Amino acid sequence: MDLVITLLADLRRSPELLANLTRREVKGKYKRTLLGQLWSLANPIALMIIYTAVFSVIIRVRAEPGDPSGLDVFAVWLMCGLLAWSFFTNVVTSGMGALVANENLIKKVYFPRITLVAASSLAALFTWAIEMAVLAVVLLVIGADLWLWIPGVLAMMALLALFSMGVAMILSIANVHFRDTQHLMSIVFQAWFYLSPVLYPVSLVKEHSDSFGQVLGFTTLIDIYRLNPMERFIEVFRNLLYDNRMPELDSLLYCVGWTAVALVLGGWVFARNQKKLAEAL
Amino acid sequence: MSAVTTTAAVTVESVSKRFRVYHERNQSLKAAIMRGRRSVYEDFWALRDVGFEIPQATTFGLVGDNGSGKSTLLKCIAGILWPDSGTVSSQGRMAALLEVGSGFHPELSGRDNVYLNGSILGMTRKEIDRKFDGIVDFSGVEEFIDQPVKNYSSGMYVRLGFSVAINVDPEILLVDEVLAVGDAAFQEKCAEKFTQFRREGRTVVVVSHSMPSLRAMCDQVAWLEHGRLVDTGEARPILERYLDSTRRDIRPGPNGSIRWGSGEAEIDGVEVLQDGRPVDAIHSGDAVTIRISYTAHEPVATPVFGLALDTPDGVHLWGSNTRDVSRVIDSIAGSGTVDCTIPTAALQPGAFEITAAITDSSTTHVIDFVRGSARLNVVVGRAGDSDGVVALDGRWQ
Repeated sequence: MDLVITLLADLRRSPELLANLTRREVKGKYKRTLLGQLWSLANPIALMIIYTAVFSVIIRVRAEPGDPSGLDVFAVWLMCGLLAWSFFTNVVTSGMGALVANENLIKKVYFPRITLVAASSLAALFTWAIEMAVLAVVLLVIGADLWLWIPGVLAMMALLALFSMGVAMILSIANVHFRDTQHLMSIVFQAWFYLSPVLYPVSLVKEHSDSFGQVLGFTTLIDIYRLNPMERFIEVFRNLLYDNRMPELDSLLYCVGWTAVALVLGGWVFARNQKKLAEAL
Repeated sequence: MSAVTTTAAVTVESVSKRFRVYHERNQSLKAAIMRGRRSVYEDFWALRDVGFEIPQATTFGLVGDNGSGKSTLLKCIAGILWPDSGTVSSQGRMAALLEVGSGFHPELSGRDNVYLNGSILGMTRKEIDRKFDGIVDFSGVEEFIDQPVKNYSSGMYVRLGFSVAINVDPEILLVDEVLAVGDAAFQEKCAEKFTQFRREGRTVVVVSHSMPSLRAMCDQVAWLEHGRLVDTGEARPILERYLDSTRRDIRPGPNGSIRWGSGEAEIDGVEVLQDGRPVDAIHSGDAVTIRISYTAHEPVATPVFGLALDTPDGVHLWGSNTRDVSRVIDSIAGSGTVDCTIPTAALQPGAFEITAAITDSSTTHVIDFVRGSARLNVVVGRAGDSDGVVALDGRWQ
């Protein structure tokens, strides 16, 4: 716990460094492109079109209408989950590579190393915030009763950002020691994506689970399925954005719990290893 | 250390640093799993139980051969590396000039990079705002400050990086061989800034291979050899000893002098003569002859004789050799003498150290070199100059 507090103190002492590193990420990413920051919207829109065509039109996955909002647009329902998922993978992927990418800096200057991972998370958060703002406008246009839930959405965005950063901290250290980590994670993310209810509703899994019955005598498929923290995050975001209702308390607690675990574990791993970074790289 | 209580800017306490030298470095999981353990390595101690204090407001040098651990120690002081045992503590804001321009983003403009680099080095936004013009001015890249730095020439890149770093205003500045950047004019500016630092009473820790600049800058040094501290303290005597130690065939010469060289010919003695007679002291401004007596144990073709004068605290005043004045000596054999006549010894009163040498025609191969082979004592003469080292016989109207 002491180690984690050291990290927090590091971050508090260098807000300007954090801001400048984040600016570097954001500004540097779309330099010399015609559309600039608009490109950050291109990817989710393209995904939305492709997934809607394949999963709604061809495979005919049905999402339940929003309750109580009454919305019934697959593309919007999809985006309410997909944006959270892409943010999570963006933070983890860029955070994971942040230390290796800044090897030269780490070897030559002392500054709090955690700012590198934090800045890459903040840059992803910035992009996500734009995407979410666009989504919010769309939701309001098609008649969602969103205003009341915006504070809740913002709080959950912060929570998911912290959870993602915790995971990124662990993997950034792992990646320094084994560069395989980044390649391994791209496969893990593929599987994880389909194991999370982004493209299909949880109710489909529930149906299969009910027809299958008990697993190992004490649990069900749906219980195992719902161990996935991203399942809960996506569910909560859909509740707030699409359904416009209060999420289940246990899901909220679950998200908070996973975030605490990821942060403490990530902080511990990072703080333990950061002193050795200059030689390990 | 000394009885005088000076506060230490940096305290290095029995620091040891171990590196793992990997025979087969695994950075892939496959290799790790196949071998069943992570890596095969040997321990290498880059620093072993090193301890000293760097007093505030001194310029402190770390000297030693390549691989002696001086750069590792500097990185430990900077906080980039962490010692395996022992502690390094420092008082005051520190900035390290280990590499300039690290952290520049090639696509961002010079302006953005100044802010980015400044904050990496620990400056606040307000501070950078205040110093921005000074930084850009110092670097000499004003016209290009809003261009992406990837369009900069390598010289501009380094100059901008250096300007940011040197404007951090640290109480302790760590420097590793980076003072040799840019063209002559820029180096001049750097040297000036450096002098200003010292005048303002900041602590500077410097690692360098350049003996002249260390000799000129450092008040104190620490001498490292194979990761161990050989000596620390007053700069000049330790630097001399370090320099002497780098000559493998060094041996003590007569009356406290130090000599080295291959020894085909040897310098038997150096005398100070006036009107053909040895004298104990000369008057400032007199003519003087310095005579080198030698014995060549075997014939030596085209030798070069050289003389040099230093002040007692090691400032190099003068050097001259027979090659540079085109006095070619075909060969020497047996014993003999060589005279060097100085028409006007433009020196203030004092005792100066004479160094004499015999080298081959290229002056790189040392046959015999005697530091402190004799003393040139100068007493008050005609010139009425007030103080300093040289007597220029100033006239006022």
